[in-house]
Amino acid sequence: MSGKPLVAIVTAGLAKFGKREGLYGRELFQEAAKEAFDRCPNLDPKKDIEATFVGMMAEGFEHQGHTGPTVNAWLGFAPKPAFRTESACASSSAALAFGMYAVMSGAYDVVLCGGIEKMTNRSTPEVTEFLATASDFPFEQWHGITFPGLFAMMATAYMHRYGATEEHLAHVAVKNHYYGARNPKAHMQIEVTLEKVLSSRYVAWPLKLFDCSLITDGASCVVITRPELARKFTDTPVYIIGHGAAQDNIALYDRDDLTTSRAAREAAQKAYKMAGVEPKDIDVAEVHDCFTIAEIIAYEDLGFCGRGEGKDLVAEGQTYVGGKIPVNTSGGLKAKGHPVGATGTGQIYDIYKQLIGEAGPRQVPGAEIGLTHNLGGSAASAMVWILKRGD
Amino acid sequence: MSEQQPPATIEQFYKFCAEKKFMAVRCKRCGTLHLPPKPICRECYSNEMEWVELSGRGKIVTYTVIHVAPTQFVDMAPYAVAIVELDEGVKITGQVRDAKPEELKIGMEVVVDFEEAQGEGWPPWPRYFFKPAK
Ligand SMILES: [Zn+2]
Repeated sequence: MSGKPLVAIVTAGLAKFGKREGLYGRELFQEAAKEAFDRCPNLDPKKDIEATFVGMMAEGFEHQGHTGPTVNAWLGFAPKPAFRTESACASSSAALAFGMYAVMSGAYDVVLCGGIEKMTNRSTPEVTEFLATASDFPFEQWHGITFPGLFAMMATAYMHRYGATEEHLAHVAVKNHYYGARNPKAHMQIEVTLEKVLSSRYVAWPLKLFDCSLITDGASCVVITRPELARKFTDTPVYIIGHGAAQDNIALYDRDDLTTSRAAREAAQKAYKMAGVEPKDIDVAEVHDCFTIAEIIAYEDLGFCGRGEGKDLVAEGQTYVGGKIPVNTSGGLKAKGHPVGATGTGQIYDIYKQLIGEAGPRQVPGAEIGLTHNLGGSAASAMVWILKRGD
Repeated sequence: MSEQQPPATIEQFYKFCAEKKFMAVRCKRCGTLHLPPKPICRECYSNEMEWVELSGRGKIVTYTVIHVAPTQFVDMAPYAVAIVELDEGVKITGQVRDAKPEELKIGMEVVVDFEEAQGEGWPPWPRYFFKPAK
Protein backbone atom coordinates (compact mmCIF):
# COMPACT_ATOMS: atom_id res chain seq x y z
CA MET A 1 0.00 0.00 0.00
CA SER A 2 3.06 2.24 -0.37
CA GLY A 3 2.18 5.87 -1.04
CA LYS A 4 -1.49 5.15 -1.56
CA PRO A 5 -3.72 7.94 -0.23
CA LEU A 6 -5.42 6.81 2.97
CA VAL A 7 -7.84 9.73 3.21
CA ALA A 8 -8.06 13.23 1.76
CA ILE A 9 -8.06 16.48 3.69
CA VAL A 10 -10.52 18.75 1.90
CA THR A 11 -10.34 21.76 4.21
CA ALA A 12 -8.85 22.91 7.50
CA GLY A 13 -9.26 25.68 10.05
CA LEU A 14 -7.38 27.13 12.98
CA ALA A 15 -8.64 29.57 15.60
CA LYS A 16 -5.93 32.14 16.24
CA PHE A 17 -3.66 30.77 18.98
CA GLY A 18 -3.02 33.04 21.94
CA LYS A 19 -4.49 34.42 25.11
CA ARG A 20 -8.09 34.45 23.93
CA GLU A 21 -9.61 36.19 26.90
CA GLY A 22 -13.35 35.83 27.33
CA LEU A 23 -13.71 32.92 24.93
CA TYR A 24 -14.57 29.34 25.86
CA GLY A 25 -12.93 26.35 24.16
CA ARG A 26 -16.12 25.47 22.30
CA GLU A 27 -16.28 29.01 20.90
CA LEU A 28 -12.69 28.68 19.66
CA PHE A 29 -13.66 25.38 18.04
CA GLN A 30 -16.47 27.22 16.24
CA GLU A 31 -13.91 29.73 14.98
CA ALA A 32 -11.68 26.95 13.60
CA ALA A 33 -14.64 25.12 12.05
CA LYS A 34 -15.97 28.30 10.44
CA GLU A 35 -12.64 28.88 8.69
CA ALA A 36 -12.69 25.30 7.44
CA PHE A 37 -16.30 25.58 6.25
CA ASP A 38 -15.81 29.02 4.64
CA ARG A 39 -12.83 27.87 2.60
CA CYS A 40 -14.79 24.90 1.24
CA PRO A 41 -18.05 26.17 -0.30
CA ASN A 42 -18.83 22.77 -1.83
CA LEU A 43 -19.07 21.27 1.64
CA ASP A 44 -22.47 21.40 3.33
CA PRO A 45 -21.35 20.83 6.94
CA LYS A 46 -24.67 19.73 8.42
CA LYS A 47 -25.43 17.42 5.51
CA ASP A 48 -22.01 16.07 4.60
CA ILE A 49 -20.20 15.73 7.94
CA GLU A 50 -21.36 12.49 9.53
CA ALA A 51 -19.31 12.44 12.74
CA THR A 52 -16.90 14.56 14.76
CA PHE A 53 -13.72 13.46 16.53
CA VAL A 54 -12.37 16.03 18.96
CA GLY A 55 -9.26 15.88 21.11
CA MET A 56 -8.95 17.61 24.47
CA MET A 57 -6.56 16.86 27.28
CA ALA A 58 -7.86 18.25 30.57
CA GLU A 59 -11.33 18.96 31.92
CA GLY A 60 -9.82 20.97 34.76
CA PHE A 61 -9.11 24.10 32.73
CA GLU A 62 -12.76 24.90 32.03
CA HIS A 63 -14.41 22.47 34.41
CA GLN A 64 -15.82 20.93 31.25
CA GLY A 65 -15.72 17.32 30.22
CA HIS A 66 -17.94 15.53 27.70
CA THR A 67 -16.35 17.47 24.87
CA GLY A 68 -18.14 15.64 22.03
CA PRO A 69 -21.66 16.84 22.72
CA THR A 70 -20.32 20.22 23.83
CA VAL A 71 -18.85 21.01 20.43
CA ASN A 72 -21.81 19.31 18.73
CA ALA A 73 -24.17 21.75 20.42
CA TRP A 74 -22.20 24.78 19.26
CA LEU A 75 -21.84 23.45 15.70
CA GLY A 76 -25.49 22.41 15.39
CA PHE A 77 -24.46 18.84 14.63
CA ALA A 78 -26.66 16.98 17.12
CA PRO A 79 -27.75 14.15 17.02
CA LYS A 80 -24.73 13.09 14.94
CA PRO A 81 -22.05 11.29 16.93
CA ALA A 82 -19.14 13.26 18.36
CA PHE A 83 -16.32 11.38 20.04
CA ARG A 84 -13.63 12.80 22.31
CA THR A 85 -10.07 11.47 22.31
CA GLU A 86 -7.40 12.00 24.96
CA SER A 87 -3.71 11.39 24.46
CA ALA A 88 -2.28 14.33 26.40
CA CYS A 89 -0.61 16.77 23.96
CA ALA A 90 -1.32 14.37 21.08
CA SER A 91 -5.08 14.34 21.73
CA SER A 92 -6.09 15.81 18.37
CA SER A 93 -3.68 13.60 16.44
CA ALA A 94 -5.58 10.78 18.13
CA ALA A 95 -8.84 12.40 16.97
CA LEU A 96 -7.53 12.46 13.41
CA ALA A 97 -6.36 8.86 13.70
CA PHE A 98 -9.74 7.61 14.90
CA GLY A 99 -11.53 9.73 12.31
CA MET A 100 -9.29 8.32 9.60
CA TYR A 101 -9.79 4.75 10.78
CA ALA A 102 -13.56 5.35 10.78
CA VAL A 103 -13.49 6.65 7.19
CA MET A 104 -11.18 3.84 6.04
CA SER A 105 -13.45 1.27 7.66
CA GLY A 106 -16.37 2.55 5.63
CA ALA A 107 -18.32 3.68 8.68
CA TYR A 108 -18.44 7.28 7.41
CA ASP A 109 -17.55 9.14 4.22
CA VAL A 110 -16.86 12.59 5.69
CA VAL A 111 -15.80 13.46 9.24
CA LEU A 112 -14.55 16.50 11.15
CA CYS A 113 -11.42 15.94 13.26
CA GLY A 114 -9.92 18.52 15.56
CA GLY A 115 -8.99 19.60 19.03
CA ILE A 116 -9.38 22.31 21.63
CA GLU A 117 -7.76 23.51 24.82
CA LYS A 118 -8.50 26.58 26.87
CA MET A 119 -5.61 27.20 29.25
CA THR A 120 -4.89 30.88 29.93
CA ASN A 121 -7.76 31.30 32.38
CA ARG A 122 -5.63 29.38 34.92
CA SER A 123 -2.54 30.37 36.93
CA THR A 124 0.85 28.94 35.95
CA PRO A 125 1.00 26.58 38.98
CA GLU A 126 -2.49 25.28 38.12
CA VAL A 127 -1.56 24.76 34.45
CA THR A 128 1.65 23.05 35.56
CA GLU A 129 -0.36 20.76 37.81
CA PHE A 130 -3.00 19.91 35.15
CA LEU A 131 -0.35 19.17 32.51
CA ALA A 132 1.60 17.03 34.97
CA THR A 133 -1.35 14.63 35.08
CA ALA A 134 -0.03 13.23 31.80
CA SER A 135 2.93 11.83 33.75
CA ASP A 136 2.99 8.97 36.27
CA PHE A 137 1.18 10.10 39.44
CA PRO A 138 2.65 7.94 42.23
CA PHE A 139 6.32 8.08 41.18
CA GLU A 140 6.66 11.33 39.17
CA GLN A 141 3.97 13.87 40.09
CA TRP A 142 4.06 12.86 43.76
CA HIS A 143 7.73 13.83 43.84
CA GLY A 144 7.15 17.27 42.34
CA ILE A 145 8.09 16.62 38.74
CA THR A 146 6.68 18.92 36.07
CA PHE A 147 6.59 18.68 32.29
CA PRO A 148 9.45 21.11 31.87
CA GLY A 149 11.20 18.94 34.49
CA LEU A 150 10.71 15.72 32.50
CA PHE A 151 12.05 17.26 29.29
CA ALA A 152 14.81 18.90 31.33
CA MET A 153 15.90 15.43 32.46
CA MET A 154 16.02 14.39 28.79
CA ALA A 155 18.04 17.54 28.03
CA THR A 156 20.50 16.80 30.85
CA ALA A 157 21.00 13.27 29.50
CA TYR A 158 21.35 14.49 25.89
CA MET A 159 23.79 17.27 26.77
CA HIS A 160 25.87 14.88 28.83
CA ARG A 161 26.07 12.27 26.08
CA TYR A 162 26.55 14.50 23.04
CA GLY A 163 28.17 17.62 24.45
CA ALA A 164 25.23 19.85 23.56
CA THR A 165 24.98 23.21 25.31
CA GLU A 166 22.20 25.55 26.37
CA GLU A 167 23.18 27.62 23.33
CA HIS A 168 22.31 24.73 21.01
CA LEU A 169 18.86 24.60 22.60
CA ALA A 170 18.50 28.36 22.25
CA HIS A 171 18.90 28.17 18.47
CA VAL A 172 15.59 26.27 18.30
CA ALA A 173 13.80 29.10 20.12
CA VAL A 174 15.37 31.78 17.91
CA LYS A 175 14.32 29.97 14.72
CA ASN A 176 10.78 29.25 15.86
CA HIS A 177 10.23 32.81 17.04
CA TYR A 178 11.55 34.04 13.67
CA TYR A 179 8.67 32.19 12.03
CA GLY A 180 6.16 32.97 14.78
CA ALA A 181 6.82 36.66 14.10
CA ARG A 182 5.65 36.05 10.52
CA ASN A 183 2.54 34.01 11.36
CA PRO A 184 -0.57 36.12 12.03
CA LYS A 185 -2.14 33.17 13.87
CA ALA A 186 0.81 32.66 16.24
CA HIS A 187 0.54 33.38 19.95
CA MET A 188 3.88 35.20 20.25
CA GLN A 189 4.64 37.17 17.10
CA ILE A 190 8.04 38.44 18.15
CA GLU A 191 11.60 37.57 17.22
CA VAL A 192 14.05 36.82 20.01
CA THR A 193 17.83 36.92 20.09
CA LEU A 194 20.13 34.17 21.29
CA GLU A 195 21.11 36.45 24.19
CA LYS A 196 17.50 36.96 25.23
CA VAL A 197 16.86 33.21 25.27
CA LEU A 198 20.06 32.49 27.18
CA SER A 199 19.39 35.19 29.78
CA SER A 200 15.82 34.09 30.52
CA ARG A 201 15.15 32.57 33.94
CA TYR A 202 15.23 28.84 34.63
CA VAL A 203 11.94 26.97 34.66
CA ALA A 204 13.50 23.54 35.15
CA TRP A 205 17.28 23.56 34.80
CA PRO A 206 18.72 23.36 32.13
CA LEU A 207 15.54 24.63 30.45
CA LYS A 208 14.76 28.32 30.66
CA LEU A 209 11.60 30.29 29.99
CA PHE A 210 12.43 30.67 26.28
CA ASP A 211 13.08 26.93 25.94
CA CYS A 212 9.44 26.30 26.85
CA SER A 213 6.33 26.37 24.70
CA LEU A 214 3.53 28.70 25.64
CA ILE A 215 0.38 28.38 27.70
CA THR A 216 -2.11 29.04 24.94
CA ASP A 217 -5.80 28.93 24.05
CA GLY A 218 -6.66 27.43 20.70
CA ALA A 219 -8.63 25.12 18.46
CA SER A 220 -7.98 23.47 15.13
CA CYS A 221 -9.72 21.10 12.75
CA VAL A 222 -9.65 19.36 9.40
CA VAL A 223 -12.37 17.72 7.31
CA ILE A 224 -11.38 14.38 5.83
CA THR A 225 -13.03 12.07 3.34
CA ARG A 226 -12.34 9.03 1.19
CA PRO A 227 -9.74 9.91 -1.48
CA GLU A 228 -12.14 9.23 -4.35
CA LEU A 229 -14.65 11.76 -2.96
CA ALA A 230 -12.13 14.57 -2.46
CA ARG A 231 -12.67 16.36 -5.79
CA LYS A 232 -16.36 16.69 -5.01
CA PHE A 233 -15.38 19.17 -2.31
CA THR A 234 -12.17 20.84 -3.47
CA ASP A 235 -9.72 21.28 -6.33
CA THR A 236 -6.80 21.30 -3.90
CA PRO A 237 -7.01 18.14 -1.79
CA VAL A 238 -4.10 17.09 0.38
CA TYR A 239 -3.75 13.38 0.99
CA ILE A 240 -2.64 11.57 4.11
CA ILE A 241 -0.27 8.91 2.75
CA GLY A 242 1.47 7.79 5.93
CA HIS A 243 0.57 7.43 9.58
CA GLY A 244 2.29 5.90 12.55
CA ALA A 245 1.23 5.78 16.19
CA ALA A 246 3.24 4.35 19.06
CA GLN A 247 3.35 4.44 22.83
CA ASP A 248 6.15 4.04 25.34
CA ASN A 249 5.85 3.37 29.08
CA ILE A 250 4.19 6.29 30.88
CA ALA A 251 7.12 7.19 33.15
CA LEU A 252 10.54 8.45 32.17
CA TYR A 253 12.25 6.22 34.75
CA ASP A 254 10.77 3.26 32.89
CA ARG A 255 12.70 3.88 29.64
CA ASP A 256 16.12 2.68 28.59
CA ASP A 257 17.41 5.72 26.68
CA LEU A 258 16.47 9.28 27.60
CA THR A 259 18.20 10.89 24.61
CA THR A 260 15.59 9.65 22.13
CA SER A 261 11.89 8.80 21.96
CA ARG A 262 11.31 5.14 21.18
CA ALA A 263 7.65 5.94 20.51
CA ALA A 264 8.51 8.67 17.98
CA ARG A 265 11.05 6.50 16.18
CA GLU A 266 8.57 3.64 15.96
CA ALA A 267 5.79 5.96 14.73
CA ALA A 268 8.11 7.54 12.15
CA GLN A 269 9.26 4.19 10.79
CA LYS A 270 5.67 3.04 10.37
CA ALA A 271 4.66 6.30 8.66
CA TYR A 272 7.62 6.34 6.26
CA LYS A 273 7.05 2.72 5.32
CA MET A 274 3.33 3.26 4.72
CA ALA A 275 4.00 6.38 2.64
CA GLY A 276 6.82 4.78 0.72
CA VAL A 277 9.06 7.80 1.34
CA GLU A 278 12.31 8.48 3.17
CA PRO A 279 13.31 11.34 5.44
CA LYS A 280 15.11 13.07 2.54
CA ASP A 281 11.81 13.23 0.60
CA ILE A 282 10.15 15.46 3.22
CA ASP A 283 9.93 19.09 2.06
CA VAL A 284 8.61 20.65 5.28
CA ALA A 285 7.88 19.39 8.79
CA GLU A 286 6.05 20.51 11.92
CA VAL A 287 7.56 18.82 14.96
CA HIS A 288 6.58 18.79 18.62
CA ASP A 289 8.84 21.46 20.15
CA CYS A 290 7.06 21.59 23.50
CA PHE A 291 10.59 22.29 24.74
CA THR A 292 13.61 23.16 22.59
CA ILE A 293 15.33 19.85 23.42
CA ALA A 294 12.31 17.98 22.02
CA GLU A 295 12.80 19.55 18.58
CA ILE A 296 16.48 18.52 18.50
CA ILE A 297 15.61 14.95 19.48
CA ALA A 298 12.76 14.97 16.92
CA TYR A 299 15.21 15.70 14.07
CA GLU A 300 17.08 12.55 15.04
CA ASP A 301 14.02 10.37 15.69
CA LEU A 302 12.60 11.39 12.28
CA GLY A 303 15.87 10.58 10.51
CA PHE A 304 16.61 14.16 9.36
CA CYS A 305 20.09 13.61 10.82
CA GLY A 306 21.97 11.02 12.86
CA ARG A 307 21.89 10.55 16.63
CA GLY A 308 23.67 13.38 18.39
CA GLU A 309 23.64 15.55 15.24
CA GLY A 310 20.36 17.39 15.88
CA LYS A 311 22.13 20.07 17.91
CA ASP A 312 24.34 20.90 14.91
CA LEU A 313 21.51 20.76 12.37
CA VAL A 314 19.73 23.64 14.11
CA ALA A 315 22.90 25.58 14.98
CA GLU A 316 23.92 25.51 11.30
CA GLY A 317 20.54 26.91 10.24
CA GLN A 318 19.62 23.80 8.27
CA THR A 319 16.03 23.80 9.58
CA TYR A 320 15.12 27.23 8.19
CA VAL A 321 13.40 27.58 4.80
CA GLY A 322 16.20 27.10 2.28
CA GLY A 323 18.04 24.67 4.55
CA LYS A 324 18.21 20.91 4.40
CA ILE A 325 14.77 20.45 6.02
CA PRO A 326 12.59 23.41 7.07
CA VAL A 327 11.02 22.67 10.46
CA ASN A 328 8.28 24.54 12.31
CA THR A 329 7.72 27.31 9.79
CA SER A 330 4.50 28.04 11.74
CA GLY A 331 6.54 29.09 14.75
CA GLY A 332 6.00 25.70 16.35
CA LEU A 333 4.65 25.07 19.81
CA LYS A 334 7.33 27.50 20.95
CA ALA A 335 5.98 30.64 19.26
CA LYS A 336 2.73 29.66 17.54
CA GLY A 337 1.68 28.22 20.91
CA HIS A 338 0.70 24.94 22.51
CA PRO A 339 -2.99 24.65 23.37
CA VAL A 340 -2.33 21.00 24.06
CA GLY A 341 -5.51 19.37 22.73
CA ALA A 342 -5.47 21.58 19.61
CA THR A 343 -1.80 21.10 18.77
CA GLY A 344 -1.92 17.90 16.67
CA THR A 345 -4.44 19.03 14.08
CA GLY A 346 -2.95 22.52 14.38
CA GLN A 347 0.29 21.07 12.99
CA ILE A 348 -1.72 19.35 10.24
CA TYR A 349 -3.33 22.72 9.45
CA ASP A 350 0.05 24.36 8.91
CA ILE A 351 1.37 21.55 6.71
CA TYR A 352 -1.90 21.66 4.76
CA LYS A 353 -1.37 25.39 4.18
CA GLN A 354 2.21 24.77 3.03
CA LEU A 355 1.12 22.07 0.59
CA ILE A 356 -1.63 24.20 -0.98
CA GLY A 357 0.83 27.10 -1.24
CA GLU A 358 -0.83 29.44 1.26
CA ALA A 359 1.95 29.82 3.83
CA GLY A 360 2.75 33.38 2.73
CA PRO A 361 6.19 34.67 3.76
CA ARG A 362 6.90 31.29 5.40
CA GLN A 363 6.20 29.29 2.25
CA VAL A 364 8.59 26.48 1.34
CA PRO A 365 8.74 26.84 -2.47
CA GLY A 366 7.14 23.89 -4.26
CA ALA A 367 6.47 21.86 -1.11
CA GLU A 368 4.86 18.55 -2.09
CA ILE A 369 5.37 16.24 0.89
CA GLY A 370 5.05 17.34 4.50
CA LEU A 371 5.28 15.64 7.89
CA THR A 372 3.96 16.24 11.37
CA HIS A 373 5.37 14.79 14.61
CA ASN A 374 3.16 15.09 17.68
CA LEU A 375 4.12 13.86 21.14
CA GLY A 376 1.88 13.20 24.12
CA GLY A 377 3.24 13.65 27.62
CA SER A 378 6.95 13.01 28.02
CA ALA A 379 6.94 11.38 24.56
CA ALA A 380 4.99 8.45 26.00
CA SER A 381 2.67 8.89 23.01
CA ALA A 382 3.80 9.75 19.51
CA MET A 383 2.07 10.15 16.19
CA VAL A 384 3.67 10.89 12.85
CA TRP A 385 1.69 11.94 9.77
CA ILE A 386 2.89 12.23 6.18
CA LEU A 387 0.86 14.41 3.83
CA LYS A 388 1.11 14.82 0.08
CA ARG A 389 -0.24 17.55 -2.16
CA GLY A 390 -2.86 16.39 -4.70
CA ASP A 391 -1.69 16.50 -8.31
CA MET B 1 1.58 -19.49 48.31
CA SER B 2 2.96 -20.93 51.51
CA GLU B 3 3.71 -17.65 53.30
CA GLN B 4 1.36 -14.66 53.24
CA GLN B 5 2.90 -11.73 51.31
CA PRO B 6 1.48 -8.19 51.53
CA PRO B 7 -0.12 -7.24 48.18
CA ALA B 8 2.43 -6.20 45.52
CA THR B 9 0.84 -2.79 45.04
CA ILE B 10 1.85 0.86 44.90
CA GLU B 11 -0.14 1.44 48.08
CA GLN B 12 1.87 -1.23 49.88
CA PHE B 13 5.16 0.24 48.55
CA TYR B 14 4.33 3.53 50.29
CA LYS B 15 3.23 1.73 53.46
CA PHE B 16 6.74 0.28 53.54
CA CYS B 17 8.12 3.81 53.03
CA ALA B 18 6.29 4.78 56.23
CA GLU B 19 8.35 2.03 57.92
CA LYS B 20 11.49 3.47 56.24
CA LYS B 21 11.86 0.42 54.01
CA PHE B 22 12.62 0.81 50.27
CA MET B 23 11.02 -2.26 48.72
CA ALA B 24 10.55 -3.82 45.30
CA VAL B 25 8.88 -7.07 44.25
CA ARG B 26 10.41 -10.03 42.46
CA CYS B 27 8.39 -12.34 40.22
CA LYS B 28 8.68 -15.83 41.62
CA ARG B 29 8.18 -17.37 38.20
CA CYS B 30 10.55 -15.41 35.91
CA GLY B 31 12.69 -13.57 38.45
CA THR B 32 12.07 -10.06 37.12
CA LEU B 33 12.57 -7.36 39.76
CA HIS B 34 9.84 -4.71 39.62
CA LEU B 35 10.16 -1.14 40.90
CA PRO B 36 7.46 0.17 41.10
CA PRO B 37 5.87 -3.07 42.30
CA LYS B 38 3.16 -4.66 40.19
CA PRO B 39 0.57 -7.17 41.41
CA ILE B 40 1.00 -9.08 38.15
CA CYS B 41 4.34 -9.52 36.38
CA ARG B 42 4.39 -7.62 33.07
CA GLU B 43 6.87 -10.10 31.60
CA CYS B 44 5.17 -13.46 32.32
CA TYR B 45 1.83 -12.39 33.90
CA SER B 46 2.38 -14.48 37.02
CA ASN B 47 0.73 -13.11 40.16
CA GLU B 48 3.19 -14.76 42.51
CA MET B 49 5.34 -11.89 43.64
CA GLU B 50 7.57 -11.54 46.69
CA TRP B 51 8.74 -8.36 48.38
CA VAL B 52 12.47 -7.76 48.59
CA GLU B 53 14.21 -4.89 50.36
CA LEU B 54 16.51 -2.82 48.15
CA SER B 55 19.90 -1.55 49.24
CA GLY B 56 18.68 2.01 48.75
CA ARG B 57 21.99 2.86 47.08
CA GLY B 58 22.26 4.01 43.50
CA LYS B 59 23.56 6.51 40.97
CA ILE B 60 21.97 9.54 39.33
CA VAL B 61 21.05 8.77 35.69
CA THR B 62 19.80 12.27 34.95
CA TYR B 63 18.37 15.21 36.89
CA THR B 64 16.78 18.65 36.83
CA VAL B 65 16.18 21.50 39.24
CA ILE B 66 12.53 22.57 39.32
CA HIS B 67 12.06 26.33 39.60
CA VAL B 68 8.43 26.61 38.43
CA ALA B 69 6.56 24.10 40.56
CA PRO B 70 3.01 22.71 40.64
CA THR B 71 0.67 24.27 43.20
CA GLN B 72 1.44 21.76 45.92
CA PHE B 73 5.22 22.21 45.64
CA VAL B 74 5.49 25.99 45.17
CA ASP B 75 6.90 26.51 48.67
CA MET B 76 9.68 23.95 48.13
CA ALA B 77 11.05 25.40 44.86
CA PRO B 78 13.77 25.31 43.72
CA TYR B 79 14.27 21.58 44.32
CA ALA B 80 16.17 18.84 42.50
CA VAL B 81 14.53 15.77 40.98
CA ALA B 82 16.51 12.88 39.54
CA ILE B 83 16.10 9.47 38.01
CA VAL B 84 18.21 7.10 40.08
CA GLU B 85 19.37 3.64 39.03
CA LEU B 86 19.55 1.48 42.13
CA ASP B 87 22.42 -0.99 42.61
CA GLU B 88 19.88 -3.75 41.86
CA GLY B 89 19.40 -2.33 38.33
CA VAL B 90 15.93 -0.80 38.65
CA LYS B 91 15.28 2.92 38.17
CA ILE B 92 12.94 5.36 39.90
CA THR B 93 12.33 9.11 40.10
CA GLY B 94 12.73 11.04 43.33
CA GLN B 95 13.88 14.31 44.81
CA VAL B 96 17.51 14.79 45.74
CA ARG B 97 17.87 16.70 48.99
CA ASP B 98 20.79 17.80 51.17
CA ALA B 99 22.83 18.75 48.11
CA LYS B 100 23.41 22.04 46.33
CA PRO B 101 22.09 21.95 42.75
CA GLU B 102 25.56 22.73 41.38
CA GLU B 103 26.97 19.68 43.20
CA LEU B 104 24.68 17.28 41.34
CA LYS B 105 26.01 15.33 38.41
CA ILE B 106 25.23 12.27 36.34
CA GLY B 107 26.81 9.22 37.99
CA MET B 108 26.73 10.75 41.48
CA GLU B 109 26.18 8.16 44.23
CA VAL B 110 23.07 8.63 46.35
CA VAL B 111 21.21 6.82 49.11
CA VAL B 112 17.52 6.73 49.86
CA ASP B 113 15.89 8.35 52.89
CA PHE B 114 12.29 8.92 53.93
CA GLU B 115 10.00 11.72 55.00
CA GLU B 116 8.05 11.24 58.18
CA ALA B 117 4.75 9.47 57.52
CA GLN B 118 1.85 11.73 56.63
CA GLY B 119 -1.65 11.15 57.88
CA GLU B 120 -3.70 13.80 56.14
CA GLY B 121 -5.04 14.31 52.65
CA TRP B 122 -5.04 12.03 49.65
CA PRO B 123 -2.97 10.02 49.16
CA PRO B 124 -1.46 9.82 52.67
CA TRP B 125 1.90 8.71 51.34
CA PRO B 126 5.25 9.58 52.92
CA ARG B 127 7.81 10.36 50.22
CA TYR B 128 11.14 8.64 49.81
CA PHE B 129 13.94 10.88 48.55
CA PHE B 130 17.63 10.60 47.78
CA LYS B 131 20.65 12.32 49.30
CA PRO B 132 24.36 12.20 48.53
CA ALA B 133 26.08 9.01 49.71
CA LYS B 134 28.65 9.83 52.36
ZN1 LIG C 1 7.40 -12.88 35.73
